Amino acid sequence: MTNEELIIAQDLSKDYPIGGDFFRALDGINLSVKQGEFSGIIGPSGSGKTTLLNIIGALDTPSDGSVNVLGNKVENMTHTESANLRNNFLGFIFQTYNLLPVYNVYENVEFPLLLQKIEKLQREEMVMQALEWVGLTNKAKSRPSQLSGGESQRVAIARAMVKKPKIVLADEPTANLDADNSHHILKTMVKLNEELNTTFLFSTHDEKVISYLKRKIMLNDGKLVDDILVN
Amino acid sequence: MLTLKLAFKNVTKAGLRTWLNVLILSFAYVLIIWTDGLYDGMSKQVVGDMIDMEIGGGQFWERNYDKFDPFTIDDAYAPIPENLEELVKNNEATPVLFRASVIFPQGRVQSAILKGIDPNQKVLKFPSEYLNTGESDYIPGLIGSRMAKNSGLKNGDIVTVRWQDVNGTFDATDIEIVNVISSYVQTIDNGQIWIPLKSLQEMIGATNVATVIVLHKDIETIPSGSPLWEFKDHNFLLADFYNYLDRKGMGSAIMYGLLMAMALLAIFDTQVLAIFRRRKEMGTMMALGMTRGGVIRLFTLEGTMHGILAIIIGTIYGLPILYFSAVNGIAMPEAVEQVGLSLNSTLYPVYGIGLFLSTSLIMFISVIVVSFLPTRKIARLNPTDALRGKIA
Repeated sequence: MTNEELIIAQDLSKDYPIGGDFFRALDGINLSVKQGEFSGIIGPSGSGKTTLLNIIGALDTPSDGSVNVLGNKVENMTHTESANLRNNFLGFIFQTYNLLPVYNVYENVEFPLLLQKIEKLQREEMVMQALEWVGLTNKAKSRPSQLSGGESQRVAIARAMVKKPKIVLADEPTANLDADNSHHILKTMVKLNEELNTTFLFSTHDEKVISYLKRKIMLNDGKLVDDILVN
Repeated sequence: MLTLKLAFKNVTKAGLRTWLNVLILSFAYVLIIWTDGLYDGMSKQVVGDMIDMEIGGGQFWERNYDKFDPFTIDDAYAPIPENLEELVKNNEATPVLFRASVIFPQGRVQSAILKGIDPNQKVLKFPSEYLNTGESDYIPGLIGSRMAKNSGLKNGDIVTVRWQDVNGTFDATDIEIVNVISSYVQTIDNGQIWIPLKSLQEMIGATNVATVIVLHKDIETIPSGSPLWEFKDHNFLLADFYNYLDRKGMGSAIMYGLLMAMALLAIFDTQVLAIFRRRKEMGTMMALGMTRGGVIRLFTLEGTMHGILAIIIGTIYGLPILYFSAVNGIAMPEAVEQVGLSLNSTLYPVYGIGLFLSTSLIMFISVIVVSFLPTRKIARLNPTDALRGKIA
């Protein structure tokens, strides 16, 4: 792996048991993602986008082949090692935001820093900076139930970005948002990608997201069918 | 420390969810203590009544007397020994004479035990003073409410009684029921007619004899027995009751277990519901970098905090209720009497510190277990399944 290659997938396959048989969700994927990329895995529903993203995020393991994320072989990692990898180097953005409902915006963004045992003063500084990136400093005390969909997703971005991870994995981040909010969110992510050189990897079939991507990794029926760099 | 902080934060910020959990738990906590206190109170009350009204500070039994063998009754009498005679004079002991008999209430035949007691005795709280009727054509008789119910006798009724004297001769006379006493002690009530001791001694043709001699409950020194008289202490005299309690204790333990199981089911249900509703939250926490162990610790600790809060809240509102019921007692419905329990019309629960501590401990451990089990199951899920809200 070169210094720039953060993610390397080799002959990656994933099977799910269905009845007495198996369903192959991913089939022999070979892929590498370099630092600072703003790329997306694109394909129709059921093509294996989320499965690939989950394996890269060490939330799942491959059935065959190998995935190397920041020098760690996902298939060989223990639960604790994969939790540490996610805690220290990965940020997640989910389609349904997945904010912790009893915490306010500030506390939601603060949560990953608590897991990293960062000091209170430094935490405050980092949380406020992250909220500034997404333009939500005025909503710090709001509960998730008081936020719009766009605001919720911006909180999720702040939560993913607050620890300045090497890689942000975003699973259909605009699926529940209207066009205005989608563009706002995407511009925020582009800005963070440019300013912090954070690698973004999306899973999407939303044209609005696709239009922002600098690299399009096309999946169909679990197979990588195309890989396009956009100038 | 982080887990503790997060658990505290989750519990305090969950609002209604926390308070619903805590309320259910605290209800169970207070109910268990109340029920157990009632049971303890009942036992203590029955023992107290038996000591006051029947067994005093212990009894001397005539050697032939066997309370489980009715055929021994007629042979179980002997002169009161001198050392006990002294106690009787000082109101520190009272003799009671038993005799098997047959009564004929309203033309029916029914067996009964005649018991002779000194109407002026001060040893027992038995209302023997009713037998002081002065001059009358009939021997005065006292019966308990259960006997009255079984025989159909009531105050003022005359009933014919037949017995055998010491020579084996049958004789008969009439007894006037001068009072029906409401007694909580079944063993001085069922199948018995109390008459003056002297009358019974005359009826059987033996003077200054008794079957048992009851000592005052506050007597300091137990006098020595004799070849004819054997001392029976509380352990012996209350053994039947304690055996009954043991048997009831099994039932009570089952009841306690059922109550606890119901409480735990409620806790388990609430915890399971709360935790399964939060499986997506667990998945998110794992995605954000929390380890499985961390998630299990966090949610188990939250449940434990619910338990601690329930104990505190239950103590706050439960203490006045328990105190009130301990001081003012709990009125028992008549139905309890009908099912064969001889209880006071008002029961006074007894709550000991041991009861509080043991119930708190059981509650505490149970909450930990019922919080841990569903959490562990969900935390075993693949994080992607938990994120999707898949059921374990």
